[in-house]
Amino acid sequence: MNDARAIAEETARASYGRLLAWLSSRSNDVAAAEDALADAFRAALETWPERGAPNSPEAWLLTAARRKLIDGSRRKNTYKDSIPALTLAAEEAEIAMRDEAPFPDERLKLLFICAHPAIDAGVRTPLMLQTVLGLDAARIASAFLVSPAAMSGRLVRAKRKIKAAAIPFEPPEPQAWGPRIGAVLEAIYAAYGAGWDEIDGSANANANLTGEAIFLARLTANLIPDQGETWGLLSLMLHAEARRDARRKDGAYMPLGEQDLALWNQAMIDEAEAALARAWKCGQVGAYQIEAAIQSAHVAARLKGHDTTVDIVLLYEKLNALAPTAGAAVGYAGALAAAGRFEDGFKVLDAMHPEQTKNYQAWWAVRAHILNKLERKNEAKIAYDRAIGLAEDEATRRFLAAKRAALGKVRS
Amino acid sequence: MNYLLLLYQDENLWEKKSEDEKAETMGAYFSYADALREAGAHIDGAPLEHSSTSKRVRTNRVQDGPFADAKEQLGGYFLIDVDNLDSALEWAARCPCASTGHVEVRPVWNIGG
Repeated sequence: MNDARAIAEETARASYGRLLAWLSSRSNDVAAAEDALADAFRAALETWPERGAPNSPEAWLLTAARRKLIDGSRRKNTYKDSIPALTLAAEEAEIAMRDEAPFPDERLKLLFICAHPAIDAGVRTPLMLQTVLGLDAARIASAFLVSPAAMSGRLVRAKRKIKAAAIPFEPPEPQAWGPRIGAVLEAIYAAYGAGWDEIDGSANANANLTGEAIFLARLTANLIPDQGETWGLLSLMLHAEARRDARRKDGAYMPLGEQDLALWNQAMIDEAEAALARAWKCGQVGAYQIEAAIQSAHVAARLKGHDTTVDIVLLYEKLNALAPTAGAAVGYAGALAAAGRFEDGFKVLDAMHPEQTKNYQAWWAVRAHILNKLERKNEAKIAYDRAIGLAEDEATRRFLAAKRAALGKVRS
Repeated sequence: MNYLLLLYQDENLWEKKSEDEKAETMGAYFSYADALREAGAHIDGAPLEHSSTSKRVRTNRVQDGPFADAKEQLGGYFLIDVDNLDSALEWAARCPCASTGHVEVRPVWNIGG
């Protein structure tokens, strides 16, 4: 009996996105497809424990869900518009059930819908996490630091818009891919960032977002293999993820240069390097590929003992020319400091707009480091204070407090 | 818009800390309060005395505390002024208490208008 429940839960985890993509691309209505799928899962939990799980749980769920969808359309008198498509869907589902052949993977369509220009940029990532991965609104809300009610509201509005604006369930024409792929990748990157920042402490529940983001990136790269940036993003995230276990030692923050190499995930590094090589072959340089190359240079420095500090400075220069962001500027300043060019690094930080840097923790941390190296101890202490005050986790706070303490007595 | 950040954590943790650890924790809170001030968001904030000193009044009867068996007690607060809830939540995430306990964010009802 518990087996049937376990199978239902496993199917929900493994196939939710594919089932939802398939259903919504035939009903053109994400919200209705979600409701129908939820009903189908509920029915599965009621009947499978008694009658045993079907041979093809996915086909069973699809058949149950499209029945709900057809009932729903009948009630709403949208019968004429959607029934032909749904009947076709029903036939496909039955064929799938008979052959037990895998049904087509249409999650890419769903990703493109979520990243459609008509959808608010801020809700694209949450929408992907909900529809393609099946995360609930409360968990997404905690990762994006908004209240669950507000997040549900945004998701509901976005889905209503997909239906009302009749956003087509087709990937755009190849010539329109550029910006749309950019939005898909940006949303995946945002999901990874939300998980990456929250490595320990109270935010443990979000650590898994990084795994889900990597899953989406791998999916996108395999579905659109001729776009260099899809491989670049995958490589970047795999490189970062490979070092996850090494970033803390007994709860203390470990900078990259001091991490225990035995804790790096070599298989992930290999996959990251292969993805980067594949990206270069596509012949279109982009920001994610450069960020991945920076990661790769850091890794080579530790693993092979190469001095890559100058390469990293050059890569950051390229990145800032191509896609200037606050993060890239601070990274550039850090790279200059690592190459011993402290004055140059300081100038880069100083040239940034105060509104951008006022509450930006990384800016204060790098500034403190550079001021320390420039023997401007009083200013370094103030910068360390701000970096500590803006830090979001205990390990970073402690690491910086130790650096501040090492400044010794300074007049304040 | 004003928000009250309510800081909940196991107050017995504090008792168990060495003097050095207490100084480090206080330092983290001072840095946090300074960052709030520099951002122009700080209105007020303070730690609370141990919950065993609290009293509850209900229908004219005063009772001694503590009242909750819960491990996490209200241990302090910050009153901040920021543009919106998203910004308040960002500041709550930076609060040292968010790493060791939890922080509740409550919008303050603006009666004065």
